[in-house]
Amino acid sequence: MNIAYNFAFFDEGSKREIRRKTLKAIAIPGYQVPFASREMPIGRGWGTGGLQLTLSLIGREDVLKVIDQGSDESVNAVNIKKLVCDTTGVEITDHTSNATIIQSRHRIPEVPLRNNQILVLQVPIPEPLRFYEPSEYETKKLHGEKEYSGAWLMLFEQIMKYGSMTTGADHPVMVHDRYVMAPSPIPRFDNPKMNESEALILLGAGREKKVYAVPPYTKVVSLDFDDYPFQRETFAGKCCRLCGASDVFLDELIDEESKETVYQCNDTSYCLEKLNEDAALEVRV
Amino acid sequence: MGYVAVKGGTKAIEESIKRLKYERVHKGSTIEVEKIEAGLRGLIDQVMSESSLYSESLASLAIKQAEGNPEEAVFLLRAYRSTLPRKHVSRVIESEQMLVERRISASFKDIPGGQILGATTDYTQRLLDFNLLEETEEKVKEWLAQFHSEQMEANEESHTTDLTIPKVLDYLRGEGLIAPCENNDQEPRDVTRESLDFPAARSQRLQVLTRGQTGAVTSLAYAVIRGYGALHPTVGELRVGSFPVYVDHPLEDGDDEDGFYIGSIKTTEVEMLMPVTVEKELGKKEIEFEIGYGICFGQNETKAIAMGILDHCLENPDPAYPSHNEEFVLYHIDAVESTGFISHLKMPHYVTFQSKLDAARKTKTTAEKEEVRG
Repeated sequence: MNIAYNFAFFDEGSKREIRRKTLKAIAIPGYQVPFASREMPIGRGWGTGGLQLTLSLIGREDVLKVIDQGSDESVNAVNIKKLVCDTTGVEITDHTSNATIIQSRHRIPEVPLRNNQILVLQVPIPEPLRFYEPSEYETKKLHGEKEYSGAWLMLFEQIMKYGSMTTGADHPVMVHDRYVMAPSPIPRFDNPKMNESEALILLGAGREKKVYAVPPYTKVVSLDFDDYPFQRETFAGKCCRLCGASDVFLDELIDEESKETVYQCNDTSYCLEKLNEDAALEVRV
Repeated sequence: MGYVAVKGGTKAIEESIKRLKYERVHKGSTIEVEKIEAGLRGLIDQVMSESSLYSESLASLAIKQAEGNPEEAVFLLRAYRSTLPRKHVSRVIESEQMLVERRISASFKDIPGGQILGATTDYTQRLLDFNLLEETEEKVKEWLAQFHSEQMEANEESHTTDLTIPKVLDYLRGEGLIAPCENNDQEPRDVTRESLDFPAARSQRLQVLTRGQTGAVTSLAYAVIRGYGALHPTVGELRVGSFPVYVDHPLEDGDDEDGFYIGSIKTTEVEMLMPVTVEKELGKKEIEFEIGYGICFGQNETKAIAMGILDHCLENPDPAYPSHNEEFVLYHIDAVESTGFISHLKMPHYVTFQSKLDAARKTKTTAEKEEVRG
């Protein structure tokens, strides 16, 4: 543990300030609460929002899991874990169900989360309306007045141009029938996991200096139209080449030898756990 | 047994950090922090200004660790700054208190107190000085000894050493050429303690500008005077010098004499004169001067002038020019924010890209269907 810094890097005053803003965010689901985002020892845009939330919440008893685009072992996830570990000494895990705090970039784990877990998502652009309104002053008013026609028009125009909604990750959602929210660039596949989630979901944007939240058991609906319903990414007929899972988000890979397209679980720890379960079953049989 | 995670990432990072250290030291020698502090004043000033942390020794350490890359050095200092609790707030510094080392005015030749050139590269010819290849500490000390004795003689004649001198703009105010302005004694709002909101307070704007990346601040101000803002400002006064910093006793109420002197900060301060057309009675137009204010840690003259220009732009919003739009300027000039977000593009985007790919493929299948139908 690096003793040159306070527990969890920040001074206590800074942590308290972030927690106060987090409480406000939980009280107003989907509303972006401005906070005095600190400069971190990792890059702005590399997960500083999520990291600040994690550091403000973490205690000695916590067990932390960090994933980046589904992987526990991605270089940025490793780097974030190392910083938290060096300044707190908390236990780190890959197992989703063992973690009390899960910090993630752009994925919600495949293993369903429970009510004693907190999911912290890293957010690059917290403003779902930024795409058509560059001014913060204006978007604040639009949210205040619940004036979201621009968001619907954006989706409508996509349908007119391309025949379907073409949002990739970060498909906007309506939270608690009040605020349109950017779910962070999770794939559409993960959007439904936010609805009525048992776990508290916190979202932090460090560079843009905003925190927002989806409290447990909150209604989260992806924006869509009656005749053009919201669609998750489809992996119909495909399954993981390692564990055989099918209803999961898959990475598309090219097999180096056969040059064929193959698929593999994006959530690496889920894949590993499934492999081990199957192996244990085989042994018992 | 069973399956275990491949720990590729951890190992790769360790090796990469080793490689980075190798790049820093592979020529077999190292630069001492004192040498950086002694010889890289320009870089130190830039880094301190962009970091909003005044410490020559910490800036030198950051520069050493960053191998002289200002982007990285500023990043290190900003991150360090986040961990420092704020225990004291200094007394208000009136800028007339500056001990002036250099002061020029481009507007008036004869200013009270005179023009003082001080240390500047402005009138050097930018020819590579090959003598510096051979410069030794011995030679430097010899030169210094001679310089000091010359200074002693000069001081005996003129009896002036440190200078506080009246401001050019006060002189203009006395003449009635610029409108008098009231003191604004509002408590400044600190953008590092509470997040920026819009419309921004002037104190927030000035703080973001003075912390701005030197290149970014300069470029935007350049755009203003080149045509995207149609202004031709004049340097009313530019000063370089140091301000003494005092803090009050934390527990006792003291009078003015009881403050603690905690050191001084070298600063560049600029007051720009901006000609503006003002409409008077019966549509009569007059030209008046408005002021743009720039100040930053260290000797950073171009940045301070550029800040002065942008300060005036933001005081006078104009939808025709992005440089007069405070969200556009203030959100995009911070070194750590802009370099952070640009560099994050190097991170894996496998999931987000896969998701976009899915959307792209869907548009293709829809298009094919339509073709078949058509």
